[in-house]
Amino acid sequence: MEKEHLSKKLKLLMIGGSAGALNVLMQIIPHLKKDLSFPIVIILHRKADSESSLEYLLDMVASLPVKEIEDKEKMLAGKIYLVPADYHLLIEKNGLFSLDASEKIHYCRPAIDVTLESAAAVFPGEVAALILSGANGDGTAGAQAVKATGGIVWVQSPDSASIDYMPQYVIDHSDVDRILEIEDMAKAINELL
Amino acid sequence: MDKILADIEIEVILNDVYQLYGYDFSEYAKASLTRRINRLYSMDRFTSVTDFLYRIRTDENYIRRFVEEITVNVTEMFRDISFFSCLRKEVIPILSTYPHIRIWHAGCSSGEEAFSMAILLKEAGLLHKSIIYATDINPDVIHSAAKGIFHTAKMKLYSENYIASGGTKEFSSYYTANYDRTVFSQELKDKIVFATHNLVSDRSFNEFQLILCRNVMIYFEKELQDKVLTTFKDSLEQLGFLALGSKETLRFSPIVTSYKIFSYKDRIWRKNI
Repeated sequence: MEKEHLSKKLKLLMIGGSAGALNVLMQIIPHLKKDLSFPIVIILHRKADSESSLEYLLDMVASLPVKEIEDKEKMLAGKIYLVPADYHLLIEKNGLFSLDASEKIHYCRPAIDVTLESAAAVFPGEVAALILSGANGDGTAGAQAVKATGGIVWVQSPDSASIDYMPQYVIDHSDVDRILEIEDMAKAINELL
Repeated sequence: MDKILADIEIEVILNDVYQLYGYDFSEYAKASLTRRINRLYSMDRFTSVTDFLYRIRTDENYIRRFVEEITVNVTEMFRDISFFSCLRKEVIPILSTYPHIRIWHAGCSSGEEAFSMAILLKEAGLLHKSIIYATDINPDVIHSAAKGIFHTAKMKLYSENYIASGGTKEFSSYYTANYDRTVFSQELKDKIVFATHNLVSDRSFNEFQLILCRNVMIYFEKELQDKVLTTFKDSLEQLGFLALGSKETLRFSPIVTSYKIFSYKDRIWRKNI
């Protein structure tokens, strides 16, 4: 517990969630500091035909720029990136985002596991993941991959989650560095290095 | 998914596939490619990389499965309603001014988009003077696409997409359903030329007024994307259209200066004069 700092500089924070997670994000992102030294990627389960309105919704409350990812975009520190509906997101070694329209995982596209596993493979020990509310086992295999390579895994406290299945599943099946209340999340992220 | 094969093992596999069969995956985006190969390795229950390699080296039928499973074949008719609506309302009226219309679907997979295009052209009264070239790396997929046979179960979704993107005819008038198999009409099939074509190694083969390559280059590294985009540029007439997938962009490629945006929302560019 309480492993706050990595041995290397953090390359990327990934926040994954499903049902009940948007509300949490809306509470976190207004309080993030503007000069974060890493990018944040948000992987949120939603309907395949969702228009990009989520980008605008998050952008309205965020202090940092929010952008839906385009294929082969380069990730930049201090930005919040949103994985588009109906695509998986993979991370390339050179820090470019690659989109992928292959089979759904856990009935989901985007799947949290896909991004977490991919990031853990290319940036071992340099990534962090935060798993929020949801009714799905997605995120657990990804959390295991992040932990196995020396990264940080946080989860929303199941008591505070509208649906506790997803964070509880991670806690039950993976090492977890911290279990966070919603009001502590922004501060924890701002202190990451 | 556990990382089953080491990077070096994957390199050996890809090298063998290239040396023996000529398929060059070396410039495919690594993260996705690694996932696909590991997925196939577990799906086919290999227990050692030696067995996997032996199968690839000795079984010519297995290489066909390898290519089919490594490449992603996810497609549907009239996928992206807004895009097909833009084609119908804005692009096709411009194409109608040409005496002959040549369209290339690069990486067409099982052919759903090519048939969607044939329907749009027919409804605009242009099918008789059009040829649609639909190409893919995968010979088995092309073989099945050329038959114009699809699963009947999918017709409900395709019909809904067709109507939502501005179709007004009876969608079922374009096919004959026979239990679980649906065959599209000969009139549409006659105007589509299906052929194998590898974007990595094959050059352009004609000049077109419209090239569609949607969600194909996302599996390529950026350098290969730039190479393929050059092939497309060289294959488009002046003022020809290039259509990409809904999250693909020319913005990160030097080729962007050769085009003007026609519809950024629908990811359609137009080649400069």
